[in-house]
Amino acid sequence: MEATTVAKTGTEGKIWGGGEQPLKASYGKLMMWFFISSDALTFSGFLAAYGFTRFKYINQWPIADEVFNHFPFLHGVDAPMYYVALMTFILILSSVTMVLAVDAGHQMNKNKVINYMALTILGGIIFLSAQAWEWKNFIQGEYGAVQTKSGSIIQFVDADGDRVALDEFASAAPVTRTKHIDNKGVWFRGEDGYNPLSIEDVKAGFAANPNLRVRTMEIVSPGEKEILNRENSLTKLNTSGVNVVEGANLTANEYGAPLFGDFFFFITGFHGFHVLSGVIILIIIFFNVLVGTYEKRGSYEMVEKVGLYWHFVDLVWVFVFTFFYLV
Amino acid sequence: MAHDTTHGEHSGSKKRIWQVFIILSVLTIVEVVLGIFKPDFLVYNDLVSLTLLNWIFIILTIVKAYYIVWAFMHMEHETASLRRVVVWTAVFLISYLIAILLIEGDYIHDIYENSYMTWDF
Repeated sequence: MEATTVAKTGTEGKIWGGGEQPLKASYGKLMMWFFISSDALTFSGFLAAYGFTRFKYINQWPIADEVFNHFPFLHGVDAPMYYVALMTFILILSSVTMVLAVDAGHQMNKNKVINYMALTILGGIIFLSAQAWEWKNFIQGEYGAVQTKSGSIIQFVDADGDRVALDEFASAAPVTRTKHIDNKGVWFRGEDGYNPLSIEDVKAGFAANPNLRVRTMEIVSPGEKEILNRENSLTKLNTSGVNVVEGANLTANEYGAPLFGDFFFFITGFHGFHVLSGVIILIIIFFNVLVGTYEKRGSYEMVEKVGLYWHFVDLVWVFVFTFFYLV
Repeated sequence: MAHDTTHGEHSGSKKRIWQVFIILSVLTIVEVVLGIFKPDFLVYNDLVSLTLLNWIFIILTIVKAYYIVWAFMHMEHETASLRRVVVWTAVFLISYLIAILLIEGDYIHDIYENSYMTWDF
């Protein structure tokens, strides 16, 4: 059994040559901490850049409660926060099962390690699926909006100030067009998607419904955006409206500043990518535990190292949750 | 490969895990409840150009981060030097980064707001 224990360097006890461990931590754990430190700085860079942009557009930024207000099986119900709170809870719970797996590893209790790691992997997969659903809602959008010449977004409300979707008042005028297919294109590329609703249709529909108003990006008091009167609404839409925007992509989104969508995709996407790689690493270590690698090695330190990474992913989510959804 | 937890103190470490889980859950629930109801006196009162509500959110987030790093990542069992290498580096660099970027963002906001050029047309 001695041959299969952790590799020794033969320098134990030597001050020079690697025998000393001033930080009382193994090489692998130290490297995981170094990686976590640098990764934490990467995420801080993202979040600080988000803060920069938000401060720049402090009076125009989208209101998170209006954007993230979906909950499964509750269609059309305004449910801000509940869904992300649920996601946060799932991630915290998977962190708990992870730390329980590490704890079981300390006692060399293989079966418990297997059970808790399986639960952790399950939690990670549920979180990823939840995030996929969140992205789907964000990309599809709900109401649609119009982009102005300057790239700002104007939305539509009724006389009471409730949001109105584009297709409730505008319908696409019949046009004759040929679909652009890839063998007709210079770069063998067809059209990406075609929105039959044009800006002219929206303008016509808006003019025909006298109770509609334009809502701008300007925040007039906490949680409230500026609503123009009918006359100004007509002027705003007819003189500066150039594009119909439905949902979100990297160049425009119906919620407000284009950078809002970009930061959403990059920050939650980069975090989701970490969760995904965490799940993959967990699965690899899980199989190692199953075949008894660490039992033979006499130490479950590898579970501890993947645990460090997993908790870090949870830690990042705590900050993303605060700065994207709460503040 | 020394482990700090021996079999003797095992029930203690398990208790600690559940205790931290409860703290994290309660803090998250408090954040969510405040985020849904947004009490007026917290939204309309500022302290150093940040609303009281946002102060509460940020402080609770840092408390949560403390518990995750100290209890779940076992930072409380590491040597003081390892703790400082990781925590001080992050805290100082991130504070610097945030201060610089937020001041700059605020400056650009003032330029947009007060200059003679319009950006929203």
